[in-house]
Amino acid sequence: MTALIRKKRRVLPGFRLTTGITVTYLSLIVLIPLAALVVKSADLSPDQWWSTISNPRVVASYRLSLLTALCAGLVNMVFGLLLAWVLVRYKFPGKAIVDGLIDLPFALPTAVAGIALSAIYAPNGWVGSLLEPFGIKVAYTPIGITIALIFIGVPFVVRTVQPVLQDFDKGTEEAAVLLGAYRWRTFRKVILPELVPPLLTGFALAFARGIGEYGSVVFISGNMPLKTEIAPLLIVTKLEQFEYGQAAAVAVVLLVLSFLLLLLINVLQRWSNRRLRTA
Amino acid sequence: MAGIVTNPKRRNSEAAPRHLTEPAAVRYILIGIALLFLGLIVLLPMVTVIVEAFRKGWAAYIEALSDPDALAALRLTLVTALIAVPLNTIFGLCAAWAITKFKFRGKNLLVTLIDLPFAVSPVISGLIYILLFGAQGFFGPWLQDHGIKIVFATPGIVLATMFVTFPFVARELIPLMETQGVQDEEAAVSLGARGWRVFRKVTLPNIKWGLLYGMILCNARAMGEFGAVSVVSGHIRGETNTLPLHIEILYNEYQFSASFAVSSLLMLLAVLTLLIKSLLENRMSRSHEA
Repeated sequence: MTALIRKKRRVLPGFRLTTGITVTYLSLIVLIPLAALVVKSADLSPDQWWSTISNPRVVASYRLSLLTALCAGLVNMVFGLLLAWVLVRYKFPGKAIVDGLIDLPFALPTAVAGIALSAIYAPNGWVGSLLEPFGIKVAYTPIGITIALIFIGVPFVVRTVQPVLQDFDKGTEEAAVLLGAYRWRTFRKVILPELVPPLLTGFALAFARGIGEYGSVVFISGNMPLKTEIAPLLIVTKLEQFEYGQAAAVAVVLLVLSFLLLLLINVLQRWSNRRLRTA
Repeated sequence: MAGIVTNPKRRNSEAAPRHLTEPAAVRYILIGIALLFLGLIVLLPMVTVIVEAFRKGWAAYIEALSDPDALAALRLTLVTALIAVPLNTIFGLCAAWAITKFKFRGKNLLVTLIDLPFAVSPVISGLIYILLFGAQGFFGPWLQDHGIKIVFATPGIVLATMFVTFPFVARELIPLMETQGVQDEEAAVSLGARGWRVFRKVTLPNIKWGLLYGMILCNARAMGEFGAVSVVSGHIRGETNTLPLHIEILYNEYQFSASFAVSSLLMLLAVLTLLIKSLLENRMSRSHEA
């Protein structure tokens, strides 16, 4: 077996060259800089480290980032499922355009999204002025942050659920109907269970993106310490005060959270793929 | 994180038989809610950008775009993309070749590491370069002694952009080349073709649309990146401002129309990106079926 592999390796050229370039470039651009972050945060003594990340302002920013990303992820899970369903199952005019629009949040620079959303939801904006009489404030509150994160997260759930729904075996559904199940029951008992892995994957992707998001949020969030200051913004603030060690410490915690989510996403995707293959 | 989600193949769904679909009323309500959501969350911001950009008329719009600072920002954005996209393309090709054509230990780890930048907050992507090259950073004193500026200058902006757009091309090529296997290349080699020629004549024609797809997405992100670039740029007008940073400055100075005018330029880029992307998707699914 090893002889076979070794022979194969020799058949195609470029193994050393391409792995060499890949590993070098990866180390220079990604790995060494990320290692610098961890090393820099170790400038602080354990006590300083702990007092940095347990500071009420820092804790409040973590909580805000996590909660708004969670809410946005949940909203996207519901509407992402609905959009995927409508796009796969129904026909309606303009469907191709709607399908293309789903990807817009990927392609639109976050700063553009940020100023547009804050113009819409500011008290004198199109939607903000409609809500104002009811005493609902969106811009410069956590609701505004959540809306920005919903915008950013739209494509994740739709694009993970859509292919699974497309490949869904109509036979199973038909069998359920022939056995006397009603539409809603068929959906709940036959279709929905198949969609759980992609829904969770999409949710986790949107959630992970939301925790770190900066550009689309800073304009609409108001950036009040303890109230509407997200964790990435706090890192920027610490940097502007030249508190490099503290900035690094706040960042390391955020980074660890993101990596744990990435790990979870990989597990979910493997689960989802396995289910697809056995189905 | 955009690249993690792969696009579904487009397929014409035949009308579902009646017992397998919902009553018409339910269908219309569901379509209505879905469109309302998309309209409010995605379409409305686009409309706002255009309306606000032209609020003070065509002349003001042109003036905002021909402002020297705006032009300098445009130039810097183009330069950044012109460096970051080709480098990441070369890297993506090498990584995809190594990963899909050979078996070696640590391959899964390598694939995971390539994805890493998608999981990192843009702000942290900028921060890491400040920690390396900033005045208080690891190489800061040495760079200062030699009069080299990386952070708060163009090199830092390019580096941060490269980090953020690092995985795009590789992510697109790896699954594509995985499905194509190694038979074609092995046949070419056994017929006597040498390395570079195998790549150019055999591999490249098979992956050209996927490669272009990855480059388009990489470019869109490179030109639109805000968070990472904002941390390393130092916001020096006319010097270290890219277009997204210029938008921020104008907005914070309450020059809303000008800010939205510049935004409309970047929105045009986004719409063009999506159009090319869907064209490429059609082409790829057609060549897939053929």
